[in-house]
Amino acid sequence: MSTQNRQGELMQLTFAYPMPYEWSIGLYGSRFFQEIKEKRRFIGIKCNGCGMVYVPPRRVCGPCFKELSELVPLSDTGVITAFSVVNYPFIDPNTGLQRPIPYTYGYIRLDGADNIFSHIINETDLGRIHVGMKVRAVFKEPDRMQGNIQDIKYFDIIS
Amino acid sequence: MARRVAIVGTGQTYHKSHRPDVTSREMIKEAVSSALADAELTIRDIDAIVIGNMDHFESINYVDTYSVEGSGGVMKPIMKVTTGGTTGATVAIAAYYHVSSGFFDRVLAIGFEKNSESDTTGAIITCSDPVWDRFSYSGAIPSLATEATAYMEKYGATQEDAALIAERDRGHAMNNPYAHLRRPLTVADIMASPMLAYPIKLGDICPRSDGACAIVLAADGIAQKITGKPAWFKAAAVRHTYTWFGDSTDYNKGLVSMQRASKDAYAQAGITKPVDEIDVAELYLPYTWAGLKWIEDIGFCGPGEASKFVGDGHTHMGGKLPINPSGGVISTNCIGATALLRVAEAAIQVMGKGDTRQVPDVRNAIATGFGGCFWSDIVILSSERP
Repeated sequence: MSTQNRQGELMQLTFAYPMPYEWSIGLYGSRFFQEIKEKRRFIGIKCNGCGMVYVPPRRVCGPCFKELSELVPLSDTGVITAFSVVNYPFIDPNTGLQRPIPYTYGYIRLDGADNIFSHIINETDLGRIHVGMKVRAVFKEPDRMQGNIQDIKYFDIIS
Repeated sequence: MARRVAIVGTGQTYHKSHRPDVTSREMIKEAVSSALADAELTIRDIDAIVIGNMDHFESINYVDTYSVEGSGGVMKPIMKVTTGGTTGATVAIAAYYHVSSGFFDRVLAIGFEKNSESDTTGAIITCSDPVWDRFSYSGAIPSLATEATAYMEKYGATQEDAALIAERDRGHAMNNPYAHLRRPLTVADIMASPMLAYPIKLGDICPRSDGACAIVLAADGIAQKITGKPAWFKAAAVRHTYTWFGDSTDYNKGLVSMQRASKDAYAQAGITKPVDEIDVAELYLPYTWAGLKWIEDIGFCGPGEASKFVGDGHTHMGGKLPINPSGGVISTNCIGATALLRVAEAAIQVMGKGDTRQVPDVRNAIATGFGGCFWSDIVILSSERP
């Protein structure tokens, strides 16, 4: 579809169609989602070089460039290290639609992990959310889980 | 031994929010023609080209060939380099390596973007990991906002402290005829602007611009014949961290890529006291808190000291170390060109071609690129042949 600007001289071509992809999640990533579905908890992976526990689990420690294999269970709780209440509209490439606002994008250090996990925090009132607050993951019902990051609905502030 | 290399010409388009009058390749032609004119060269003098942008922004892949008639690259060695927000600086550094290696004598580096051709936030989200980050990742503004909240928490900096960065850069843009936003903003204006993602307001963040930039690099011996005042490369450093946001955002450590890249660059340039030895900085500061936190990471002041350092006027025009005489990213942001504009503007300062935005007697100038998951590029240019 082409549109013309006010002057009617300069035209633009619009493209707005789905373009599907299929991304591999990998062995440990798949285990992460299976663990959520079966035990409603997270797993990380430990580097026996530097001792870092990463979540989500992956096959290689970047700084050490070593293969990882030691999966470690983590709880479903963590601490907010940073957050932002998103209040402006944009097209979400996951859906092709405008993402509903407001919502809170947060970085969470899961208990037992050394790096940070990003997800949605279920609080948009700036007076009720602070760095350092404790949060707990809220999962979808198992029969509704699809093996993706949205099997975690969001994180609730618990203290 | 690598060859010495200098920038001998720069060119840029005028920047606007929308250029429906040109395709990207036509816009690139404008910047290239301007850079060649500045160096008093023709496209026949150019041996090789390095070009880059955020390729998913316009959904045009292999932009090296897409743009070939605009870049002047028909039947020349041309390579695409794209590294997210740092692209422009990486393009400059790759061109520097091209000449320094001895393979090419005169090389063109080009960065461009037509931000108007897609939803910028939607396009940036496609940079993030599709399995883990893309669901919650919300584009540049909220991920920078998380850094800002952590910085304010740690050092007690205020939203007004940050707003002074935009007041400064937007004020400086008044001196730059090429800048996109040329209307001054005060701290009060910024505080009253709409909240986009706490604590970032409309006045705290860069615009979306259409524009292109090009620079010409030449080898030692050739550079001096092209111009009486080349801008010599004293240092170039690239440091990338991770793709996953959770792995690159340890706010207790700061912007580690900037710390490492600047340490490397200062060592290459023999700089031990950056504030005393650098005369002007063109920093990729896409939002106001970067003008506080990242100048600590680059070593202009100590951790938590930036609000006072900036508040005392040291980084304004006429100060000890003016930052962004061009108006910076807060005033102009055509992303694939943005970091190259920093390098070009640093070269303009060294070459003494800054006109109303010129800082007097510039010997050393520093330029940075910032991109993706908190990674950094640094270039140091000098009037002295190293």
